[in-house]
Amino acid sequence: MVEKKSPAVKSGNFIKAVLAITWKDLAAELRSRELISAMLVFAMLVILIFNFALKLDAKTRLTATSGILWVTFTFAGTLGLNRSMAVEKDRGCLDGLLLAPVDRSSIYFGKLLSNLAFMFIVEAIVLPLYSLLYNINLFNPGLLLVILLGSIGYIAIGTMLAAMAVQTRTRDVMLPILLFPVVIPVIVAAVEASGGFLQGLNIAEVRYWINLLLVYDIIFIAIAFMVFDYVVEE
Amino acid sequence: MNEESGSMIEVRKLVKRFGMKTILRGLDFRVGQGEFVALLGPNGAGKTTFLRILSSLSRPSLGEVRIAGYTLPYQDVQVRQKLGVVSHMPLLYGDLTAEENLRFFGQMYNVNNINPRIGEVLDLIGLTHRRRDLVRTFSRGMQQRLAIGRAVLHDPEVMLFDEPHTGLDQDACDMLDKVLRDVAARGRTVVMTSHDLGRVEELATRFDVLSKGVISATSRKSEIKSGNILTFYKNSLAAQNG
Amino acid sequence: MNKKPVALLVLDILSLVFLVVATYLALFFAPMEANMGNVQKVFYFHVANAWVGMLGFIAAGVAGIVYLRSQDPKWDIVEVAAVEISLVFFLIAIVLGSIWAKPAWNTWWTWEPRLTTAAITEMIYLAYFMLRNGIEDPNRRARFSAVYTLVGSVSVPITFMAIRLFRTIHPVVIGTQSAQTQGGFNMTPDMKLAFFFSLFAFTVIFIDLFWHRIRLGILANKVEELKLKVME
Repeated sequence: MVEKKSPAVKSGNFIKAVLAITWKDLAAELRSRELISAMLVFAMLVILIFNFALKLDAKTRLTATSGILWVTFTFAGTLGLNRSMAVEKDRGCLDGLLLAPVDRSSIYFGKLLSNLAFMFIVEAIVLPLYSLLYNINLFNPGLLLVILLGSIGYIAIGTMLAAMAVQTRTRDVMLPILLFPVVIPVIVAAVEASGGFLQGLNIAEVRYWINLLLVYDIIFIAIAFMVFDYVVEE
Repeated sequence: MNEESGSMIEVRKLVKRFGMKTILRGLDFRVGQGEFVALLGPNGAGKTTFLRILSSLSRPSLGEVRIAGYTLPYQDVQVRQKLGVVSHMPLLYGDLTAEENLRFFGQMYNVNNINPRIGEVLDLIGLTHRRRDLVRTFSRGMQQRLAIGRAVLHDPEVMLFDEPHTGLDQDACDMLDKVLRDVAARGRTVVMTSHDLGRVEELATRFDVLSKGVISATSRKSEIKSGNILTFYKNSLAAQNG
Repeated sequence: MNKKPVALLVLDILSLVFLVVATYLALFFAPMEANMGNVQKVFYFHVANAWVGMLGFIAAGVAGIVYLRSQDPKWDIVEVAAVEISLVFFLIAIVLGSIWAKPAWNTWWTWEPRLTTAAITEMIYLAYFMLRNGIEDPNRRARFSAVYTLVGSVSVPITFMAIRLFRTIHPVVIGTQSAQTQGGFNMTPDMKLAFFFSLFAFTVIFIDLFWHRIRLGILANKVEELKLKVME
């Protein structure tokens, strides 16, 4: 019996698969909370170290904040990306996903969404904490926009590179080495735009950075989507 | 198109290379609907590689593979819908319950009426009483049982088993055999690799030997006297070497 | 493909000849620059090496895409050759840049966009080789390398634009004004001759080395094949 699915059904399956994978990751993490607690603790430690490493007076603290925040998110993000992929690799679960009758890129998008969710959760906790510790108001809509766009760019390319890194011998160290050089545009743009918003510039003045982030996000989601097959197939 | 209509699995001149090493060398293999093929062979012969190609996890270097009328690797999505695969790794998520695992795979395989179906499958594998327990608390035997449940969830026409009895205790083995008998009784096509000749003897309708990258011998069960499978196997290896 | 082809031999000789001529033009023929003195002559080689680095960068990107589409392992060899050459020549360019910068502007390094982008590209290349080192299966190694090359090829231009934007907003404080502009001097016709000939000579050198390296890769593969045949 030959089953031909109509395009509408096919895309329905795709979205269903993506959401199933995202939900599976979130549900599993809710139970163990290993990933998020590791990311959070690490993030707090990084901020602590910065507190002693950079002796910031009240004025320089304002300009350094965006840099500190993004270094923190970058490093903590690596932990999350690594863990999220390692789970699939260790118990052979990736094979289970690859056996499913869906487009391989649904695995990418499912993982992208769950990794993004983890990153947002960590950021949502770090921001208020940082605000309290340094008496800086971080509830700035512009800043939140930058964090949104920057995280998307970072996780978009990070998810794909994590899928590659987890299949190499030097798994854990491989991801930062691959990721950091290619994610520099995101860091530069995010730090500049964040700093701009914190110093009270309006959106027109930082729009080049926002545009850069948008362009990066779109390009790299597209690239990852197109080449993800090559990364997981054998 | 198919000279042999009713061929569920059709493999022609399959070659698989890893870098410079050739594992499968022009392998031919044909399985009709409802057959239960026991695939025997020495370690390292390429049985697992072959099964990975059949399950679409690995791509052929050369040659043709068709399953249920669909060609690999181009129509891999359609092929996978018709396949149920059990390997020696359970492919389950430890932090989810048995029920959640089945629900997840049910969604990935687009299973209709998923809740009653989950109940049916849990009954079949005897894990109804542990449905709300986390899989990481399961013994290896129970995990393998659940893995089988996952494989039959979408009622696939073709089932592939790679050494499924590995590491299972007696209870789990019996449960696995029960499922295998059920699957066979419903006319599904099965290819199973195994080291345990005793187990496959009862269930299989056909015995093939994969050695040195090709199928070196194949024989219907009716053609071998009972208890002589070991002899058949050893003879086929000797014939290939000699 | 055992004997070196005649064309390659000719190219070898031409490369050597052109290199000598370019050196003569740069060191003796071109006039001395008014402000910076003789050290400015490093410029002729600095830009030429960076140019070769760029050629290698583009070649690697193209090879990666072609490999992904064709799955032909020869393109993996081409890609590795391109990355190796680009790595070495960018390194030379960076070092020459430092040699030029210190006497001219009293600093070993400036964070100007091109230099910084070249340094980041070097990091990507190093990551590339570490990636290849960590993968046993040749097919997977080639695929992953090609994917990473693609990612790098797209990310580096964006990085360059980002840093340039960064620099227009934060003008550099250290170093003189000329550290940021194109060499900071006007070229006389003689200088232009030396400059463009240098570019030409190094392009020929690039093709020569590229060809050699690809041959080397193919021969190395043959050796592996023969090894396996003997072992079976």
